[in-house]
Amino acid sequence: MTALAWLIPCALFLGALGLAGFLWSLKTRQYDDLEGASWRALGDEKPKG
Amino acid sequence: MGETLVLGDDLRRVSNTDLAPATCNETVNLAVDGMHCGACMRTVEDTLGALPGVSLARVNLSTRRALVAIDANRITSERLIEALAKRGYTAVELRDMERHTFSSSHDDLLRRLGVAGFAAMNIMLLSVSVWSGTNTDMDSSVQTLFHWLSALIALPAVAYAGQPFFGSALKALKHRHLNMDVPISLGVILATGMSIYQTLRGSEQIYFDAAITLLAFLLLGRLLDEQMRAKATSAAGNLLGLKSVSASVIHQDGTVARVPVKAIEPGMRVIATIGERIPADGRVVQGDSEIDQSLITGESIPHKVQCGDQVYAGTINLGQSLIIEVTRRDANSLLSEIAQLMSAAEQNRGLYVRLADKAAQLYAPAVHSLGLSTFVGWLAMGHPWQDALTAAIAVLIITCPCALALAVPAVQVAAASRLFSKGIILKAADGLERLAEADTVVFDKTGTLTIGQPRLANGDAVSDETLASAASLAAASRHPYARAVVAAAEARQLSIPLLDSVQEVSGSGLLRVTADVEQRLGSAGWCGITTKLADTPALWFKPHTGNAVALQFKDEIRSDGAAVVAALDSAGFRVELLSGDATAEVARLARQAGIASYFGEQRPEQKISHLERLKAQGRKVLMVGDGLNDAPALAAAHASLSPAHATDIAQTASDAIFQGSRLAPVIEAIAVAQGARRLALQNFALAIAYNIVFVPLAMAGLVTPLIAAIAMSASSITVTANAVRLRTQNLKVSA
Repeated sequence: MTALAWLIPCALFLGALGLAGFLWSLKTRQYDDLEGASWRALGDEKPKG
Repeated sequence: MGETLVLGDDLRRVSNTDLAPATCNETVNLAVDGMHCGACMRTVEDTLGALPGVSLARVNLSTRRALVAIDANRITSERLIEALAKRGYTAVELRDMERHTFSSSHDDLLRRLGVAGFAAMNIMLLSVSVWSGTNTDMDSSVQTLFHWLSALIALPAVAYAGQPFFGSALKALKHRHLNMDVPISLGVILATGMSIYQTLRGSEQIYFDAAITLLAFLLLGRLLDEQMRAKATSAAGNLLGLKSVSASVIHQDGTVARVPVKAIEPGMRVIATIGERIPADGRVVQGDSEIDQSLITGESIPHKVQCGDQVYAGTINLGQSLIIEVTRRDANSLLSEIAQLMSAAEQNRGLYVRLADKAAQLYAPAVHSLGLSTFVGWLAMGHPWQDALTAAIAVLIITCPCALALAVPAVQVAAASRLFSKGIILKAADGLERLAEADTVVFDKTGTLTIGQPRLANGDAVSDETLASAASLAAASRHPYARAVVAAAEARQLSIPLLDSVQEVSGSGLLRVTADVEQRLGSAGWCGITTKLADTPALWFKPHTGNAVALQFKDEIRSDGAAVVAALDSAGFRVELLSGDATAEVARLARQAGIASYFGEQRPEQKISHLERLKAQGRKVLMVGDGLNDAPALAAAHASLSPAHATDIAQTASDAIFQGSRLAPVIEAIAVAQGARRLALQNFALAIAYNIVFVPLAMAGLVTPLIAAIAMSASSITVTANAVRLRTQNLKVSA
């Protein structure tokens, strides 16, 4: 049963990591223009910056 | 990939660093018309980015908008718009408008869905372990640990993700009626509350998984609905922006100044140059030209105006400069009037009660009284109150409308995807329900029953040779008539020689002069013709030698128009034609399409009152139209459809948009809507059948968490599978 002591925190941590990633992508407005983003992936645009 | 998308950060970076102190940074929000693909997006961004003073240009293709960071001391938004106009894109600045694509409620739902999804997956992981553990060797201390972990995840997740439902349920209760959110909220709150109580007691009646999974599915349905709505709203915002924002006013002393449209007063004289939108309703006092009135009428055939004619705000001057005397203030213009009529009509539609809410009004009281009688029954039989409450809550959980809440959305998603594959885009879910109830179909004429594009009408009288040489001139122009000539030549599979040295003379026609040839294609006067043809619009082609030939144009009925009308007729629908055009022309087309009941010369408010009359007769009207003048009627009708080329405002007002040059999608849309309604009712029946089996078990206190989870998923899968049948079913319409 000691396996549970680290497996459960691991599972929860990974899940929380996914959730954090999702919230980050939402906050940086990555879902605003899905149509445009799909076209941008095809072009060889130089990264802005 | 993150860095290319973070516009807000880029703008901040631009404003904070490496720019001289003399700069004045601003962001301009442009609505750009005519962007369709990645190539357009690139052109617009490159065009804007190349201008001096522009530090960043970023297009949002979903909303057809561009966000541009500029140095206001070096460039103005007018220059940006001009640069885009040269590349063939009409753009307008949107001031005081929300900058982000979707409304904040969309983001909010997405965030809550993310949280609910995370919680549901983790709690399921723990629950499945417990369920399988009860058959094997899991000891009770581990079980308790898992229950506590589930509670820890579920509590904040339910509190956060459930808010939209709790809020809506509270609002409904305050107004003393029941919607679907009331049983949902009650079920979720009680399931969570009792699970906590049972966790404390160390019992096995834990329903966290059921509560949070239900929330996640419901949020998904709501998000899809919101997405459709947000897209429609942003299209409406772009349209309002299409009104001119400033105008060139001629003052008494002859000087010309740019003045904001809001400051224009009746009696002022304004100039509308070629390609410019007319800034206000008024009368032409100097010049003659052609006007693109498609914003108002949906008709792409240019409309001739001369001194004394009425022109409307928002239409585009295609020919020479016009001087216009303003007759109405901005707030009274036709465009504003139509916007007002529309919002009034839409308020009526807001009163429509959706199928799911109708079901909830019957379902919720039944469920709640079942729960109550279980509680009272157990007490009466002498059980302790805790056991009575547990049984009562089990009833509420088993009846919690998981299947019921999925019954309608699942069908709607299936219907939307079937319609989409046929080129019909459904905008709002309740539109589908209203569409299914229609028993009367009212068509607009131009652009709806007809194609809305001019076609060569007297092709038989024009030889191949003449047509080919006319088309070679016409290929140089984007004028609708010129394009019709090219299309006619292409339809006959003629080879169109590519010519250089073709000049477009604004307002007159096309000219080609070389050392030994002179050819003209254009208006009668321009080709030296004095005879006047009947009312049909025409172009004349004057070859180098020989007589000029007239090319006449007509807007023709869609190829399957008559067949669709006949099909609707035989299915028992009443079909009418309602048009703003002259009655004689309307009658001609009505005969061609086989429509017995037609009305011409209808103004927007007359169209509405006609629909009101039909409504008073107890008819549910489906309006099919495309023009701005149809928009109020589209909003007032029980349900509405627009072709894809319709003006934005008409598309905003209608429930669905169909693509292509055929009219058949109208029948398909009605058929799918009726099929969806049938399946939704079947799904309700299935959900109720499942309740009939499981509610007695729950009342007897025999429902364990495992049984609840299996029953819930089984019923949800059944209704979803039933909904998916819609995609392949053979459908028929009937009024």
